[in-house]
Amino acid sequence: MASEIKQGTLELVNHLPILQVITPMLIAPILVVLNNKTLSWLLSFVGALACLFISILLIQAVSDGSILTYYLGGWVPPIGIEYRIDAVSAILLFLISIISAIVLIFSYSSLHAEIPEEKHTLFYSCFLLCLTGLLGVVATADIFNVFVFLEISSLSTYVLVAQGAFLDRRALSASFNYLIMGTIGATFFVIGIGYIYMATGSLNMMDIAERVNQFGDNRTIQAGFAFIVVGMGLKLAMVPLHVWLPNAYTFAPTVVTCFLAATATKVALYVLIRFVFSVFNYEDIFVNELFFLLLMPLAVIAMIAASVIAIFKQNLKKLLAYSSLAQIGYMLLGLSLMSQKGLASSLVHMVNHGFTKAALFMSLGAFMLNTKNVYIKSLSGLGKSMPFTSAAFVIGGLSLIGVPGTAGFISKWLLLEAALETGYWLVAILIIASSLFAVIYVWKIIEVLYFSESSESYNEVSVLTLMPIWILALFCIFLGINTSLTVDVAIMATEILFK
Amino acid sequence: MLATLPLPFFFFIGGLVSIFLPKGAVKSSFVCLVPVIALLVLLNGDWEAGFKIQFLGLELNFMRVDNLSTVFGIIFCIAAFLGNLFAFHLRESTQPFVALIYSGAAIGAVFAGDLITLFVYWELTAISSVFLIWARKTEGAYHAGMRYLIIQVLSGVVLLFGVALFYFETGSISFVKMELNSWATALIFVAFGIKCAFPFMHNWLQDSYPSATITGTVILSAFTTKLAVYALARGFPGTELLIYIGAAMTVFPIFFAEVENDLRKVLAYSLNNQLGFMVVGVGVGTELALNGTAAHAFSHILYKALLFMSVGAVLFRTGTSRASELGGLYRTMPLTAIFCLIGAASISAFPLFSGFVSKSLIMSGAGKEHYQFIWLILVFASAGVLSHSGIKVPYFTFFHHDSGKRPNEAPVHMLLAMGLTATLCIYIGIFPNNLYAIMPFEVKYDPYTFEHILTQLQLLCFAILAFYILSKLNQLPSETRSINLDFDWTYRVFLPSIIGKLLIFLEAAEQKGLKLFNKSLRSFIDKVYHVSGPEGVMTRILTSGTMVLFIAIVLLVVLGIILL
Repeated sequence: MASEIKQGTLELVNHLPILQVITPMLIAPILVVLNNKTLSWLLSFVGALACLFISILLIQAVSDGSILTYYLGGWVPPIGIEYRIDAVSAILLFLISIISAIVLIFSYSSLHAEIPEEKHTLFYSCFLLCLTGLLGVVATADIFNVFVFLEISSLSTYVLVAQGAFLDRRALSASFNYLIMGTIGATFFVIGIGYIYMATGSLNMMDIAERVNQFGDNRTIQAGFAFIVVGMGLKLAMVPLHVWLPNAYTFAPTVVTCFLAATATKVALYVLIRFVFSVFNYEDIFVNELFFLLLMPLAVIAMIAASVIAIFKQNLKKLLAYSSLAQIGYMLLGLSLMSQKGLASSLVHMVNHGFTKAALFMSLGAFMLNTKNVYIKSLSGLGKSMPFTSAAFVIGGLSLIGVPGTAGFISKWLLLEAALETGYWLVAILIIASSLFAVIYVWKIIEVLYFSESSESYNEVSVLTLMPIWILALFCIFLGINTSLTVDVAIMATEILFK
Repeated sequence: MLATLPLPFFFFIGGLVSIFLPKGAVKSSFVCLVPVIALLVLLNGDWEAGFKIQFLGLELNFMRVDNLSTVFGIIFCIAAFLGNLFAFHLRESTQPFVALIYSGAAIGAVFAGDLITLFVYWELTAISSVFLIWARKTEGAYHAGMRYLIIQVLSGVVLLFGVALFYFETGSISFVKMELNSWATALIFVAFGIKCAFPFMHNWLQDSYPSATITGTVILSAFTTKLAVYALARGFPGTELLIYIGAAMTVFPIFFAEVENDLRKVLAYSLNNQLGFMVVGVGVGTELALNGTAAHAFSHILYKALLFMSVGAVLFRTGTSRASELGGLYRTMPLTAIFCLIGAASISAFPLFSGFVSKSLIMSGAGKEHYQFIWLILVFASAGVLSHSGIKVPYFTFFHHDSGKRPNEAPVHMLLAMGLTATLCIYIGIFPNNLYAIMPFEVKYDPYTFEHILTQLQLLCFAILAFYILSKLNQLPSETRSINLDFDWTYRVFLPSIIGKLLIFLEAAEQKGLKLFNKSLRSFIDKVYHVSGPEGVMTRILTSGTMVLFIAIVLLVVLGIILL
């Protein structure tokens, strides 16, 4: 793989990695100073659009297999902090930026229904900080910097989730539980980093990777790896460490749920992938053993159990939250197959599921603007009175099941292919079984939407609310037909990781 | 430019356009026009290169046009046209739209050059066709449609799994002749079998087709099963197992059809029986037999549609399709009666009708390969067809005792659709060479030899005689003079009493099994619900302390795995 490093000049492209992260970070305090509701929405949206623009430029720059690096303040690593963008991080940056932009369009019309007006400015400010954190985690190549950004995003997430308390006070306990769990996760993560630093004396990923290879069998490094896996397992809601997720997603405001469901867990998974491939050596026995003995069974359990639980849920936000757990299972499974195709399926599913889940949560949010709650019963007959929102929900649902022609099909097909290629027959069967469960819970909702009579009639939501929903729904179809943005880039990314 | 578009897309685009047309004559004419355009494009287009696209590194071919697929493509377009013409009176949006999507999907599957494309269209036929059943808007139709959908989607899932395995075994997804020697091909075979209504997988057919709307049944009868026959002919020609499956299919529906009262259900059973002939043809697998399968599918679609149309027209006018409530309708529906008789003559393979020239290809194919026993079964089945479709359907509807009903003649567009279909049936019967000319292989066969006609007539005459004697004999125990009661008795009490005991026994066993299955399933679901439902152990809200305990345990396990 030809990897050419660009460095040093004043050309804009060389400063993209830092601009990507710093744009939302600089806007966040400005909002607080201006303290104007509409202006802060506008500025956040412009910031998100700028991020999206930068991320598209970045994808273009790295799509030929090259790697962009940026030395913060000109300090050369391993002393200085390095930002490093390759195909893997470029996809994630794109996903996060575009979702944040779309979610912000939606927030313009939905936020006033969920959060008191005087808190809007602070909300947007927190949202941008969360965005900064997520982008930073992906962009940086310094493991302590990963921790810092992870905490920036997590702390702001706790605040964002707690905003749901305006509608339902249970958001507070959900946020508190998330705080406890998330903090423990972060602590484990930083302990892991500590062990690694103790053994290697370095914090730069590339540098550590070289030194780890020289060490061979080292207990300290291995313990560090264990702590990092558990810490990230918490953040990405690996079953049995998932307990925080369903409540956090259910009680958070819709905007937050959309954004988190589409990005936050994926970023945690990305960190895990980074550590396995770019920091540690994926060929090491202890890494493979851990994936084979623990992560794969846990992923399969998540796939099946969470899907079954979702079938019985009456609160649709909770239903989708459990389905997210199952989908995280797919991604973790793809990673734990430890093959190029498996990893590619995992990366593609991150993007595809991001769009799918965001579309679903957002259309639920649109329903909620009318019905005030998302219990399955209150949605009856909405297929007639809110045809556009319902149609978008159906598209998202089909993509969640993995119907051909939608994004979900592509990643499930890749995953199935990867499972069979590596000879895990049983796993392949379970993937299909889990998809069948998805058929059940999606159908359950569709049946209520279209085949039951409604007692009340509602009006369709405004065009401004429909627009982001349909952008996401169309992405679900587009990514199911055109795979050049997802599959091709993901295969390029796996080639970089498996070098 | 248009000719480069794959054929099914004409239907899809047409379907979408139809939604926006005003309900009524405009929309109905438009949906009739779409298949005609598609047929013209198919016949005049240049399809040498196919229509290939790259997808996930696989080459998909949307348009593989060769002799075999062309035959099915042509008849599917014709059937779509006739079905839509028959449905001209509809003043709604769902059915015309769905009918176009459904026929387009079936045509897409026929021209699919690879297994992935086949799978996509395979599922699309399932999903779109179910709306033709639901369009009836009764509780029964809803449940029948649901059962239908589950089975059809299951067939698709089995197919997908088979295709995936096939790909990993061979590295190829092209849809060509396969050998039935691995799990992959076995799964594909079963998927085809479900759609083809193999014995024990056939119930969906008799369950769903009579539940659909009047016009929906005509459309449904043409595509799904014949698509499966095409898939078998493409994928598994010459598989000996198919001969025996096909033979069984020709025989067992006869008994059910004899005792069935709902005439649309009778036709559904006889559809099953006719499929048997085609499956035998695929199983024999010689050029002659495969020609027979294609030809029989062609003529079968026409006369089966004709029969469903005539019974549908009666249902449309009288509101019932039960044999016991009909009779004597020839007085006021003479044209429909004539068309029904033409359909009946075709399905019974009277000389000069379409069934004769196509079925004999299959029979000769089986005979030439020395399957004497199978040949005898097919002869027996032919006699059975005559009795339940050839005589029973027209006899009970239009003749027999006078039910007192005096409905109007069928509407003009229905008569037109039936008339066109009937003309085609006779045309094919008289000029078989025109049909033979489009067969997959060169046909050197003349159905109109002296012996052949004689044999067929003998068979038909004796079958009619048997029917007559049976009805006369059973008149004796009855005291009333009117034949209708006697014959009602015959087929409701007498025949069932022969096989009734067997059926009762089977039914009891089935019921018991079902009950046990239902009970254990319910208790299983209850248990699952108990564990994972809203109050279940797995979704309980935990205290932070418990959660932290979980974390500690996981950490221990991880450390254990890594360090030990």
